[in-house]
Amino acid sequence: MRERIIERALFFTALSATFVLFLIAFFIFQQGVPLIVKVGVGRFLFGLKWAPASSVFGVFSFLVGSFFVTAGALVIAVPFGLGCAIFLAEFSPKALSRVLKPVIELLAGIPSVVYGFVGVIVLTPLIREYLGGPGLSVLAAAIILSIMVLPTIISISYDAISAVPHSYREGSLALGATRWQTVTGVVLRAARSGIIASLILGMGRAVGETMAVIMVAGNAIKLPGSILDPTRTLTSNIALEMAYATGQHRQALFATGVLLFVIIMIINSAAYLLIKKDE
Amino acid sequence: MRIEPRAEQRIMRVALAGLAALTIAVLFFIIGFILKNGLPHVNLAFLIGTPERMGKEGGILPMIVGTFYLVLVAVAIATPLGVGSAIFLHEYAKEGWLVRVVRFGIDCLAGIPSIIFGLFGFVLFVITLGFGWSILSGGLTLAFMILPTIIRTSEEAIKAVPGAYRQVSKSLGAGKWQTIQRVVLPNAFPGILTGIILGIGRSVGETACVIFTAGSSLQMPASVFAPTRSMAVHFYILAREGISMEKAFATAAVLILLILAINLSAYYFMHRFIARLR
Repeated sequence: MRERIIERALFFTALSATFVLFLIAFFIFQQGVPLIVKVGVGRFLFGLKWAPASSVFGVFSFLVGSFFVTAGALVIAVPFGLGCAIFLAEFSPKALSRVLKPVIELLAGIPSVVYGFVGVIVLTPLIREYLGGPGLSVLAAAIILSIMVLPTIISISYDAISAVPHSYREGSLALGATRWQTVTGVVLRAARSGIIASLILGMGRAVGETMAVIMVAGNAIKLPGSILDPTRTLTSNIALEMAYATGQHRQALFATGVLLFVIIMIINSAAYLLIKKDE
Repeated sequence: MRIEPRAEQRIMRVALAGLAALTIAVLFFIIGFILKNGLPHVNLAFLIGTPERMGKEGGILPMIVGTFYLVLVAVAIATPLGVGSAIFLHEYAKEGWLVRVVRFGIDCLAGIPSIIFGLFGFVLFVITLGFGWSILSGGLTLAFMILPTIIRTSEEAIKAVPGAYRQVSKSLGAGKWQTIQRVVLPNAFPGILTGIILGIGRSVGETACVIFTAGSSLQMPASVFAPTRSMAVHFYILAREGISMEKAFATAAVLILLILAINLSAYYFMHRFIARLR
């Protein structure tokens, strides 16, 4: 009898995470969807004008901002992250990778505001001086985000590469391939879905990142003409205006949240399916 | 032209080592830069003083206390839920659609951005339940955010306890729950503690979800129903509003040292755990 009650209780705690996810979806949608319906899905998604004072809510420029910043971050982070993971898993002395992997994971704990702060003080003046523009820009946000997603990409791809059975490598080396040929021809192919999952999870982190982006992206409400122009992302739009928004304006920020939530759920599901397929 | 494979390997090896070195150098630069500019301004008066003129002068004691309370509430709520989930998933659950849904829920929750948690905590705790901007609202929101970390780490820890331990306990006549309570949990404890410590580390550095749920009051919090300003939020406001670069650097240095210490202790417990089970 007692065993039965305990099992029931544990079962309910196990549902807690799923229940919280459901609650989050419920409250964000309840607050945001009515406004999207009122404005019209097309006008909300593709509207270029965001003027809360005159009740015009179009998020297209934020959508484009989030897209460019995330794409830019991945373009920079993928070669560095994969290069680092391959080096640590295949080429570096074992003692070195045993020290460096935890160090890199430790760095994942640095708060995002710290990255943003270093970005404003060190990076944006360099961009302003050498490349032009205001410094606060798509490029600055992409560089800072790429650094922030590196630990995710390195750590998960390293695990995927390490999980490739040794017999695969031995077979390839026995056929006369060099270590590098073995890596590109055999190891990376076998670890492919884990590596892609690491990139998708990194992408999710970049899309959802807020505070660091606010500090370096410049936050202008317009379509960026080049990577040196300032931009505003979906996340920064919410965080910048939430402090003073009321009524319909606040609903519009939750509507931005609905869009962000949907994008993140698509990204998460893709990574989940890839990782499950591997197991 | 074809490059000779051995030469190609040598080139790639150097290139990869270069990429790895540059990556690690950038990450170290960030920590070094903050500590170098911040530590000279950190002293006892800063740590135990109260902020004056919006933080332009004085110290950060109310923020240290506020951060501590927020983390305490978050851990007190997330630990029983997280460890309970992990016990159920590993010791009781039979694989089926329900367990798959539960696992999918945990993975998705782990990927939800902090700003979404902030919006959610704001509507549910601050407005709907009427807790206002408070340590309670902020702590509850953080608890849900760190829940997936605690579940995953605890499940790994419980999984690592050898099956033989359970069989011996059962053969001595212990019930299932008795076995979990007396044998599995004590042996998995250092691993579970690692998850809790990682959750603490994440809570301490969080900004976006705390600023909308716990507020940004500079006062020393009197109870869990009082608003507060965490160290990370304080640092953000000092830097963003250009109140004081000196104090911003100093706050960031304290924050980084605290988080590094927290995460290092997580590694310490993890290692002790692995060593003990070997």
